[in-house]
Amino acid sequence: MRCNCYIPSGCSISGMMSESGKRMDGNAIIRSIALMHDRGNGLGGGFAAYGIYPRHADQFAFHMMFDTKQAKKQCEEYLKDTFDIVLDEEIPTRPGGVFEEETSGKDAEYGARPITDPPILWRYFLDVPEEKTTFVTEDEYVVNKVMEINSKFDSAFVASSGKNMGAFKGVGYPEDIGMFYKLDEYKAYIWTAHSRFPTNTPGWWGGAHPFCLLDWSIVHNGEISSYGINKRYLETFGYKLELRTDTEVIAYLFDLLVRRHNLSVEIAAKALASPFWKDIDRMPDRERKITSAIRQVYGGALLNGPFSVILGHSRGMVGFNDRIKLRPMTCGRADDMLYMSSEESGIREIEPDLDEVWSPKAGTVVIGELHEEVQ
Amino acid sequence: MVMEIDCKGMYYKKLNKMIRDAIDKNETEFILHNINGQRYIGNGINEKIKITINGVPGNDLAMFMNGPSLIVNANGQDGLANTMNAGEIIVYGSAGDVLGYGMRGGKLLIRDNVGYRTGIHMKEYKKQVPVIIAGGVAGDFCGEYMAGGVLVLLGLDKDEDTPIAGDYLGTGMHGGVIYIRGEVEEHTLGKEVSVLELNDKDIKLLKKHLGEYCKHFGLDLEEVMSKPFIKLLPVSSRPYGNLYAY
Amino acid sequence: MMSELPPEFIVKIDYDRCRRCKRCVMNCSFGCMQFKDRVVPEHKNCVACHRCTTFCPESAITITSNELAYKENANWMPEIRKNILKQAQTGGILLTGMGNPKPYQILWDHMLIDACQVTNPSIDPLREPMELRTFIGRKPDRLEFAHNKDGEIDLVTELQPQVKLDVPILFGAMSYGAVSLNVHRALAMAANRSGTLMNTGEGGLHKDLYPYAGNIIVQVASGRFGVHSEYLNTSAMVEIKIGQGAKPGIGGHLPGEKVGEDISKTRMIPVGTDAISPAPHHDIYSIEDLSQLIFAIKEAVDYTKPVSVKISAVHNVAAIASGIVRAGADVVTIDGFKGGTGASPMVIRDNVGIPIELALAAVDQRLRDEGIRNNASIICAGGIRSSGDVAKAIALGADATVIGTAALVAIGCRICQKCYTGNCAWGIATQKPELTRRLDPQVSAQRLSNLLTAWSLELKEILGSLGVNSIESLRGSRERLRGIDLDEQTLKLLGIKPAGVGQ
Repeated sequence: MRCNCYIPSGCSISGMMSESGKRMDGNAIIRSIALMHDRGNGLGGGFAAYGIYPRHADQFAFHMMFDTKQAKKQCEEYLKDTFDIVLDEEIPTRPGGVFEEETSGKDAEYGARPITDPPILWRYFLDVPEEKTTFVTEDEYVVNKVMEINSKFDSAFVASSGKNMGAFKGVGYPEDIGMFYKLDEYKAYIWTAHSRFPTNTPGWWGGAHPFCLLDWSIVHNGEISSYGINKRYLETFGYKLELRTDTEVIAYLFDLLVRRHNLSVEIAAKALASPFWKDIDRMPDRERKITSAIRQVYGGALLNGPFSVILGHSRGMVGFNDRIKLRPMTCGRADDMLYMSSEESGIREIEPDLDEVWSPKAGTVVIGELHEEVQ
Repeated sequence: MVMEIDCKGMYYKKLNKMIRDAIDKNETEFILHNINGQRYIGNGINEKIKITINGVPGNDLAMFMNGPSLIVNANGQDGLANTMNAGEIIVYGSAGDVLGYGMRGGKLLIRDNVGYRTGIHMKEYKKQVPVIIAGGVAGDFCGEYMAGGVLVLLGLDKDEDTPIAGDYLGTGMHGGVIYIRGEVEEHTLGKEVSVLELNDKDIKLLKKHLGEYCKHFGLDLEEVMSKPFIKLLPVSSRPYGNLYAY
Repeated sequence: MMSELPPEFIVKIDYDRCRRCKRCVMNCSFGCMQFKDRVVPEHKNCVACHRCTTFCPESAITITSNELAYKENANWMPEIRKNILKQAQTGGILLTGMGNPKPYQILWDHMLIDACQVTNPSIDPLREPMELRTFIGRKPDRLEFAHNKDGEIDLVTELQPQVKLDVPILFGAMSYGAVSLNVHRALAMAANRSGTLMNTGEGGLHKDLYPYAGNIIVQVASGRFGVHSEYLNTSAMVEIKIGQGAKPGIGGHLPGEKVGEDISKTRMIPVGTDAISPAPHHDIYSIEDLSQLIFAIKEAVDYTKPVSVKISAVHNVAAIASGIVRAGADVVTIDGFKGGTGASPMVIRDNVGIPIELALAAVDQRLRDEGIRNNASIICAGGIRSSGDVAKAIALGADATVIGTAALVAIGCRICQKCYTGNCAWGIATQKPELTRRLDPQVSAQRLSNLLTAWSLELKEILGSLGVNSIESLRGSRERLRGIDLDEQTLKLLGIKPAGVGQ
């Protein structure tokens, strides 16, 4: 008889957030993800960080990857036409960056792999010219431009496009990627991280997690078996899925459901990892009505297959699992900090004294939010 | 003699080799300090050694283990006692998902909760009967495909609203027995199990295992036994006999 | 001159085994088996319905095709010469029954389904939840919520009526008249038992079936037989029949000799009169007229039921379907050219229309391109033979599928294609009391229900191997299909990659 194969390996994810908005450097998140080194295969690692550009908090921060100078030049022409470039600069890196420390999850001798051969990494702080937003909102405009760059320019890629946040990712082990990007020098109130074991998509810098659009970032462990229909569903709403990876759909689904359809994150998560009909049938009237409607209307958004996901956005962090919990996730709290990780040890590594540690149930969301008074 | 190892930042391969080498030199007891996330501790060891683990051990703790006694002074992660053959593990905390997958012998005593798919594919053969006892509650798919052995859920100190086991309890079960201290709702049961009352033999068996459990965790056996238990048994050892057309 | 036609079949009786019980004679409804001291078959009357062979207690009867009836010729095949002879004799249109039997490529058999290995796990359908529940009806593009005064979340969007199916397989439209009342009874009972729908076809709904309203699609066709407000409201869904896959653009009629007392009452026409269903609705000559009819029906049922429009799969089906959705239909039912019929001109059945696979793929894609896919369910009919076909249809984009012929086969039909004669030996396509009583509705309902149970289990196995536990994750997921032995253009139309190509 076929086995429902839970695979205790694969990718790993980790996230940490200060709900009071305290900004922390990248050392802790690097150590957390380094501990789970063996869950990746060195073909992709990355981080999302929120709160890193306080001096440019009002501009869209585009983290770009270019294969060639030529591509950079062409794309810059395009950016000049479509945005006001407030500032552009190379993303600072430590070429040959490597995380040298041995940890209980990583062999110092074999585990480290210096980061070499990066694409051209450049960031742009952009304003949307006022006349461009006569008929569309600023966000809508930015989404369209991101889609356009990623689909039209072969050798240019927008790694992230939100305000006061950025994605730092590439081919390599995440802890080495973190050192390469000098994340120890950034301060953020939310950090998420991903270590990748790519199987279905080739290892290229743009293909690493997180996947970002506006201020959404997704790190994801597992595989979306419903990718085929999720992609076609999103295409009916004008999204262009060019990255040939399942994680991309999660970022776009949140953009569609939360930003464009104005659903709350909880309801969006309920559409993506809906309760089973047998449980819906037992719900009290109003809840049943709401949940049934979500399943009927958003069937194309249902994510099927094993996954655990951490969604980052400028006000918080959201973690959830697939409907039958085929991928792991442990959460922890200590004071104002919320942690999420594929393994409890990934949290203990950076915070041994947790007030609370738990594994959320399948299909339930864990939500971290900045306190209301935090700007 | 006791061998103490400070495992802080030590990669699992080094640690596990150190333990194996020491066993070859007749070392019988280990205390591991500052454990965090090291995988495969106790994996495949056949000797009746004792290991005390201080910290959260990594995945697949005691996989293929065949004899040792392990004490975990923290929570366990996923895949604990995977395909374990013999030995004993006492966890002073909770265990993660897929606890005791395909376990065919030995004993797991978990103080707190256990995750999804506890005891999945657990089997017994003649005198080899695996036992899992959890003091707290279990996630969904507890006892899935269970083919043998004894699984006990106690639900101690749980809120009244928290169910003692998740959905699909005993789904696909075709052997062994699950004892539950308290009640379960009908709709959470897998199609393949039915609820029965305990007989004298059950009580005797429970007392034996729980006596030991209570000793480890400083509980009062009388008190634990004072609340009624139910027993889940598979309806058939061939639940899918009529599934196919020929 | 008819006698010039050689018999199509040869009926052989093994007289050593025959014990002259005459069961074959009693069972033969086509006048082939006669008794003159012993059983003597009149070969030319045999239609190969296999009633006699099934009921012969001694297995003494064999039916073979009359191989050398016509001299071999790869061009002038026997059927062609037979048809010419018949038409030379009568000057009439050749009539036939059941679906297109020609060896056109069956595209279902050129599509293969994916499965999971390692990177994403398969799911065990027997012990883990596996959901087939499907809702048919128009859905909005999005939902709106608001907080009420108590801080609870309220659903603001009002959902249009939806029909719940426990299994995404419906029974096809077959009218009372084309089939017997016992068949209708069996279909209604089975639909009720299996959580799905039967379809009245265009001949009205017999009063005996009113209790099954929740499992019935009532059809409104050009002849409007038995259509009245009570009929429309005794249903789960109303369907406007524009076309039928077996005879696109063609109407039909139920000959007066079939219109007995009960049919007369149900269809609301006098006993013995021909019941004529012309091809077009004479109040629909354009798409805006269709819209008018859709809303007339919605008014009559007070917007409580979805309205479906059924069309045959023709060349321009995608644009037509788009128009239908925009005209207000909640469901588009597409019937492919392999769909069955009680009676159709042979030339139409065998030469008109397109395969359902292509039509379905085109419609689903067009509705997506136009951003209106959520606004209607797509039901796919015409040539669904197995749960494998159902899975492939759903992966191409269907919400649900329809079985007509498969359902009839389940209750005895041997596809002899003589439905139009009214002599059906199995009590299915006949109104003769001595024949209709051969079909036990209870037994037949059980058989239909068994079939749906078996196919449901198989669909769950397929979903499990695909690593998904809900049918909506298969619906439209063409990524999970691959084509084999198909040309590039066909692959493109189906929207699938060839086998051997990864994601």
